[in-house]
Amino acid sequence: MVRVLRDLLRFNRQFALGAALLMVVIAVAAASAFSPYSPNDSYVVAPDMPPGWTYPLGTTSRGQDVFWLASFAIRNSLLFGVSVALLSRCLSLLIGLTAGYAGGLVDRVLMSINDTFIVIPLFPILVLFYFVMRDRMSWVLLALVMAGLGWAYDARLIRSVALGLRVRDFTETAIFSGMSPWQILAQEHLPYVLPIVFATTMNNVNWSIGLEVTLSVLGFTDINTPTIGVTIYWANQYSALIAGIWWWIAFPVALVVIAFIGLFLLATSMNEYIDPRSRLERLGP
Amino acid sequence: MVVSFYPAYLLRRLGQFVLVIFIGVNLTFLITHATPIDPVEQTIAASTAFGSTSPEAIETMRQSLRELYGLEGGLPQQYLVFWKRIALGDFGPSLSAFPTPVAVLIWRALPWTAGLLCFATLLAWCLGNLLGGLAGYHRDSRLLRLAGVVAMGLHPIPYYIVAFVLLIVFGYLWPMLPISGGAQINLPRGFDLRFIASVLLHAILPAMSLVLVGMGGWFMSMRSLVSNIVTEDYVTYAELGGVARGRILRSYVMRNTVLPQVTGLAISLGGIFNGAIITEQVFGYPGIGTLLVGAVHAGDYSLVLGVATVSIVTVATSVLLIDLAYPLLDPRVNAR
Amino acid sequence: MSVLAVANLRAYYMTNAFGVARAVRAVDDVSLTVGRNEIYGLAGESSCGKSTLIRTIAAATHPPLRVVGGSVTFDFGGRRVDMLAGDVGDIRWRHLSYIMQASMSVLNPVRRVRQSFIDFAHRHIGGPMPEFLATVRAHLERLHLQPEVLDAYPHELSGGMRQRVTIALATVCRPDFIIADEPTSALDVVVQKAVLTMIREIRRDIGSSLLFVTHDLAVHANLCDRLGVMYAGRLVEEGPTADLLHAPRHPYTMHLVAGLPRIGDAAPKPDLPGAPPNLADPPTGCRFHPRCPLAMDICRQEAPAMLGDRHRVACFAVS
Repeated sequence: MVRVLRDLLRFNRQFALGAALLMVVIAVAAASAFSPYSPNDSYVVAPDMPPGWTYPLGTTSRGQDVFWLASFAIRNSLLFGVSVALLSRCLSLLIGLTAGYAGGLVDRVLMSINDTFIVIPLFPILVLFYFVMRDRMSWVLLALVMAGLGWAYDARLIRSVALGLRVRDFTETAIFSGMSPWQILAQEHLPYVLPIVFATTMNNVNWSIGLEVTLSVLGFTDINTPTIGVTIYWANQYSALIAGIWWWIAFPVALVVIAFIGLFLLATSMNEYIDPRSRLERLGP
Repeated sequence: MVVSFYPAYLLRRLGQFVLVIFIGVNLTFLITHATPIDPVEQTIAASTAFGSTSPEAIETMRQSLRELYGLEGGLPQQYLVFWKRIALGDFGPSLSAFPTPVAVLIWRALPWTAGLLCFATLLAWCLGNLLGGLAGYHRDSRLLRLAGVVAMGLHPIPYYIVAFVLLIVFGYLWPMLPISGGAQINLPRGFDLRFIASVLLHAILPAMSLVLVGMGGWFMSMRSLVSNIVTEDYVTYAELGGVARGRILRSYVMRNTVLPQVTGLAISLGGIFNGAIITEQVFGYPGIGTLLVGAVHAGDYSLVLGVATVSIVTVATSVLLIDLAYPLLDPRVNAR
Repeated sequence: MSVLAVANLRAYYMTNAFGVARAVRAVDDVSLTVGRNEIYGLAGESSCGKSTLIRTIAAATHPPLRVVGGSVTFDFGGRRVDMLAGDVGDIRWRHLSYIMQASMSVLNPVRRVRQSFIDFAHRHIGGPMPEFLATVRAHLERLHLQPEVLDAYPHELSGGMRQRVTIALATVCRPDFIIADEPTSALDVVVQKAVLTMIREIRRDIGSSLLFVTHDLAVHANLCDRLGVMYAGRLVEEGPTADLLHAPRHPYTMHLVAGLPRIGDAAPKPDLPGAPPNLADPPTGCRFHPRCPLAMDICRQEAPAMLGDRHRVACFAVS
């Protein structure tokens, strides 16, 4: 897997670009560790200052430095997205691999349930959840719910990889040679499963951050923790655009868009790499 | 053309439809009834926060709310009441628009959402597939490659941000298009030309944001499907047979790649629905998205529950319809 | 008067991905001719370059496959066509048609069989549709196929039936030359016999020349007039089928023929040491020399030329 990443980085422009964009975003997020201000403080600097030398990205109407605020915001959004992605990986892997390897009735039952979760529109359900939970809503809870509902699409992809692996010759050889299913899974199949897990993780991070932004903008999450969505929410509350404080919204949005595009490029180039037919096209017969 | 009906396939699709509704409704039930929060207490707390209401009045309120929300009796009884209401389409009166029934509010708003969604989704699907198909077949075209980069650049951006940017661009920078409402407010509703024109005008921006984001996904998947299908035996054979390129593209490539795209359309409806809801909110479009958000802010429990349930049923039904139309395109359906 | 003339053809797969550049020399200096009304068989084991050769002859090359040198010329009753020149669309199906491997799904899965006939043949045969379809039905009946297959979808037909329908499709325009790529390989012997009979009838009826590729020497013995044996991208022996099978001269051909089961012969068949060479990095000189029992020093240094008249061999030890 490390070799795959290294090859992709060296030879695939999309992947390299995606990685570079992601690095930029991670660097900004990491900068939050050095912030002179706590993210929840307000009126620590002069409010409504446009971008300039003292405040490179300007300041908000609440007297916060946009740069440091954005660094906390992107850090929290990224952490949230990654947590949801990691949590839902567990479910996706569990269901996808089980369905793919077991086959038969188990596969069909699991896939029916899977397809159900793909079809059900998540947003109204999340809104309903917020409505019921109100002030008890926390990021951990939201992450758990989203992970519990958002595994379906990726589970299907993982299942198709598992289905393909199950019928390969080297699997049968491994079974006949006496390897236990766990050994087969860990030693033989993992290198094939990891790339798709990687690609789906990137996509899932995008999806969960996107959903977080959408929910936060409407005020349906904990609006006291700065994330990109929450920042936009507060900017809207203070009518930032009408007041001409465009930098309050523009920079966090730009940052998250860079993150989205970066992750998306990583996922797409990895998917293209995995697809056996496009590999044949590139490497010949 | 004889349309054969494939009983096994139909049964499977209907079964899936029932399963979706069952799990979806159970999910909403779980969220509303199995959480430690009591919506009745919430509503009471919200409405009595600023005054002093006598305990008897509060008790009466509690009783009527219990009945309204179907929360009387033990959990099993609530479960039955829940299902009965959904089956009858009766969610009770809306609290924020008392005494208008929730069903009426939803019924008024649903056509706006449905219209916007159908129009934007089909447009994005057709445009994306067309461009993606051409891009996959004519790999050397610079124009198509540029189109691909644009589509791929827009696709990962969430609907909200694109809608927001369009709002700013067309609302403040170049105010050419109406940025809120479904139609001009003072126009009488009806199927006359002025009203329809106004509706279309107001739909441009919301539809545009849905199409811009959605197109990229279809573009990419169609492009990769087409570049795979051109290596299929029947395409190679048609080329060996000297069949005209245009014919190969239409009849051999597109006809076969459109099949997984139709399945993809069914799968993505849930996500598109999410996008439509948030886009409506940005543009003040009078669909069920705006209804939902308003309901949450107003603390209108019945309305939120109603919209959530109707969303599930609507999406499930749309998926079923697409699934039922699929055999018309793919004659191999029952063989699978 | 040869219908097909291939001269010094070279076609390589050139790939460059992830920093690795490779040239797989699938067809390396092949020359052969096929005459009128003649069935020429091409034999050899898997990955010897047979499929690449016929794909190049049919001008069906896609990157990364590229023609690096040589020429392919057809002569259809006076009309000469250079296959490598570019636009050969109008001779396709009318003069040159193609039969693919039975296991491949060459018919459009979402259209009825009838539509494939229309797509491929109508522009050549022409005429109003009912007349055209009547011609097609007559053709099918002549080949002992039921005209009802026209109304079926490909997945509704069995593998053997599909192959016979494909052969009917390939011959409906009465082409001068037919290229057949392993048409019997994925079929059971009963259907194989039907397919071979069909091909013989076609040859008798239309008089097409055939370039027939299969690894199965028994089929070659049954059907072909002349036989060419390929090894590692090169022709090593060529001649009348009877000559090659009764008196093979190249060591590789001798090995192939010796491996054929014969009734009454219970002796174990000898094995050839080694493995087919890697075409990206082939052996120097004669490509067979690492496995050849007759290998000499010169075999390592120079590639032998095809010498002979009707029966040609490329081997230093034999010529």
